[in-house]
Amino acid sequence: MSIIPAPISRFFHRTASSPHFYALADKFIPWLTVLFLLLLIPGLYGGLVMAPADYQQGDSYRIIYIHVPAAWMSLFIYVLMAVMGGIALIWHMKLAEVMLISSAPIGAGFTFIALVTGSLWGKPMWGTWWVWDARLTSELILLFLYLGVSSLYGAIEDKRSAARAVSILALVGVVNIPIIHYSVEWWNTLHQGPTVSKMDKPSIHISMLIPLLLMAGAFKVYYAIAVLQTAKLELLKREASAQWVKNLLEKKA
Amino acid sequence: MSLESFLHMGGYAFYVWTSYGITSAVLLWNLFAPIVRRKQLLRQLALKQKRAQR
Repeated sequence: MSIIPAPISRFFHRTASSPHFYALADKFIPWLTVLFLLLLIPGLYGGLVMAPADYQQGDSYRIIYIHVPAAWMSLFIYVLMAVMGGIALIWHMKLAEVMLISSAPIGAGFTFIALVTGSLWGKPMWGTWWVWDARLTSELILLFLYLGVSSLYGAIEDKRSAARAVSILALVGVVNIPIIHYSVEWWNTLHQGPTVSKMDKPSIHISMLIPLLLMAGAFKVYYAIAVLQTAKLELLKREASAQWVKNLLEKKA
Repeated sequence: MSLESFLHMGGYAFYVWTSYGITSAVLLWNLFAPIVRRKQLLRQLALKQKRAQR
């Protein structure tokens, strides 16, 4: 493909080369960890201690500080995976394949968290752990998409063709994302409508909104750390016999 | 606010703390599992390399 000018594509290939990426990840992870804690600690303190109890839901609403950020991450990571899938298919960029496959377990984790905390919130508020309504069902399908990506990748021996298959699955599955997002508007659901994204008049008080945004930031940074750790492992697995891995081992010994 | 009433969560302690507990467990697992497996893999590869050099 020659859509991209040669110097830019050369820059990308150098940055995306495995040893370069591996070293860069090591450099970034400590800083990201500091940033994560700087967001997480005030987020938790603000959400669990400072923010007042909800006038209708009492203290049960405090599940929102993990439920909503986890649900946002479950959508965000899937969209990222679809973008990586597109890049991997068009430019055969190895690093995009690695990032795609490394994102899948983390996205599955966030989707699982959104479903379980939603259930634990639904029981005291709606009186039921689960309903087959549009929002809950489409989020459950998202969990299966994440798990499908991981198991499809694991099932194909040749990792280049596995990555191609997984990229296509990630791209096809992305139709589920707007369905999840708009499900509360398109269908009558038990799940409430959006509270935060109505930016003209958010129906959430500022003392509740700030910890929510801090937790959302913390989860984003967590994803960055976790995906870099997973990508490092994935790179080592795929390139165990490459020269840069041998150099790495010698440096460690 | 007392620690007791904080832990009590207005009667919703089970739902709130189970949510936070499961979330922590999943996030910690997804973060540390790849680190542990990478260390194992590096040990294996180092061993293999040592054997190959002999």
